[in-house]
Amino acid sequence: MQGNEACALGAVAAGCRFFAFYPITPAGEIAEKMSQLLPKIRGVYIQMEDEIAAIGSVIGASWTGLKAMTATSGPGFSLMQENIGYAVMTETPCVIVDVQRAGPSTGIVSAPMQGDVVQARHGSHGEYEIIALAPSSAQEMFDLTIRAFNLAEQYRTPVIVLADETVAHMREEVIIPQEDSLTILSRKVSSNAEDAARGFLSPSVAPMPIFGKGFAAHVTGSSHDEYGMRQASAPEAIDKIVRTINQKIVPHTDQISSIEKIMLDDADVALVAYGSCARTAEYVVKHARKQGIEVGLLRPIGLWPFPAEGVREALKSVKRVIVLENNLGQLFPEIERAVPSNVETTFLAPEILATLHRPDYVMKYVRGEAH
Amino acid sequence: MSSPVEIAHPLSKYIRKGAQPHTHCSGCGNGIIAQSFLRAVDEVGLPKQKLVCVAGIGCSGWIPSPFFDIDTLHATHGRPIAFATGVKLGNPDLEVVVFAGDGDVSAIGGNHLIHAARRNIGIKVICVNNMIYGMTGGEVAPTTPRGMKTTTTPFGNLERPFDLSKLVIAAGGTYVARWTTYHVARLVASMKNALTRNGFAFLEVVSQCPVHYGRRIGITNPVEMMRWFQKQSITTERAREMTEQELLGKFVVGEFVNIEVPELTKLYADLFEAAIRGSN
Repeated sequence: MQGNEACALGAVAAGCRFFAFYPITPAGEIAEKMSQLLPKIRGVYIQMEDEIAAIGSVIGASWTGLKAMTATSGPGFSLMQENIGYAVMTETPCVIVDVQRAGPSTGIVSAPMQGDVVQARHGSHGEYEIIALAPSSAQEMFDLTIRAFNLAEQYRTPVIVLADETVAHMREEVIIPQEDSLTILSRKVSSNAEDAARGFLSPSVAPMPIFGKGFAAHVTGSSHDEYGMRQASAPEAIDKIVRTINQKIVPHTDQISSIEKIMLDDADVALVAYGSCARTAEYVVKHARKQGIEVGLLRPIGLWPFPAEGVREALKSVKRVIVLENNLGQLFPEIERAVPSNVETTFLAPEILATLHRPDYVMKYVRGEAH
Repeated sequence: MSSPVEIAHPLSKYIRKGAQPHTHCSGCGNGIIAQSFLRAVDEVGLPKQKLVCVAGIGCSGWIPSPFFDIDTLHATHGRPIAFATGVKLGNPDLEVVVFAGDGDVSAIGGNHLIHAARRNIGIKVICVNNMIYGMTGGEVAPTTPRGMKTTTTPFGNLERPFDLSKLVIAAGGTYVARWTTYHVARLVASMKNALTRNGFAFLEVVSQCPVHYGRRIGITNPVEMMRWFQKQSITTERAREMTEQELLGKFVVGEFVNIEVPELTKLYADLFEAAIRGSN
């Protein structure tokens, strides 16, 4: 099955019942699949007039209590940024799948690149936290889409599935578990007027006063208090918002942003890679091990919030770290900061951006023949 | 001893406690529009919990937000129609009403307006058209008359203004009406018509901004501005016999379109049944 199809199946399995889209490559197959699946389960597929409207309608649908998602690629992801910030500010759970392609601008529509990593983190204006997951297989397009919904619901926040063209378009085996074996989480919803009144800004996540229940919820992207009431001129109010959004997410980084370690325990050299780059890296590790080179892989599955503690712990006893990204080093500063200072840390882009790293090219760096 | 008699405005049940004082300037048309809308809601007997207001960014967004004791989604600038589309599709039982200004729905959000009209999704858009950007300081808008001096057209506006109702009619709007804040009774009647129909509705309310618009035309008294609206207003019947030249600077008012076409969420409901039957 293709990664994009697996993403759609994951969304439906997670309970997604609203999907809005504006056509873009290489995310198109997610929409095709959603348009087939959703009507049969009374879910809405709607093609909006642009990506701004797609994320806008997702936010609206989420406030009626539905699990809602949109999918796009770089140009559309850029257009969505303002409303992603709105979703953060108003604590609106939703999922945004960004199938990264080569950019900037229109770029190459069907070539892999990881150019949106920093945009995912800081693309909307203002100070905020975001959750972003990076699948590296078709299986993870399924698994992490479910996880994205669970995190969105649990923390009442937008969650980004930061896929790339390779994982979205590759076809490989995907195991779809029995429905009852999946963990599916749903948001806490206000059940009485008292709960509903304090519907915002709790570090432990306030129950959501969804529309149509008689709670007269007030939802605004303006600075507001825990009652949702506009506090448009009090610095204390925006201070509380920024700190509460941070407190809702950052202390739970370990649970949100998991990392995978492959043959890392006895490794001298650690590769660090995520998304499709991790596939090459894993191949290199297995190949190098056959040649007796002690190399391992650290794969951040959640990129944001960045799992600095986990990375530091995992890399504390290696001698060298090589970071593989299909860009010029977007996650690298975070990794470099987390690695102990006595460990040599190198960044390695593919020879030609928007192609995958060639294993023999990476091997030269692993062997120390190139720096 | 008798307890003091509590006198409450008949529409106070719709007003959020603690949301006063309101934020509008003295003489603003928003108060008239707010009361007209609440009267319409009251007269058609729409329960509060069935209503969702979606507000744009600009002075008109502050009509419901946070003034009305009703579920309110105060959206990003230009996007309330997109947000409202999601609310209506998410829960078609809700009556979803957008309050936004001319800049919001026809400049930054023009695309959403024409597509909502084309889709005939059953949201109601109340567009407060003051022909200027009021909140940000009186800049020229797509609705500002040609030649007019504003804070950003100190030598006069070069561009032709949008006729918003015509725009929505051309986009396929199934209910389109325009009144000014002078025409309160007819405005309430049109709001009731909008609230009791299934499809998309666009209600353009020409409204006074004495602070930014009035002073540019030499009428800073809001009552005088409404008298000016009265004088400049032409009914659709009379407008039919006038030339384009004669209509320059006039407000053609009336109910322009009122037709029933299948509404989008009803079509979705049918689609679900067909898809479920087809998949079995």
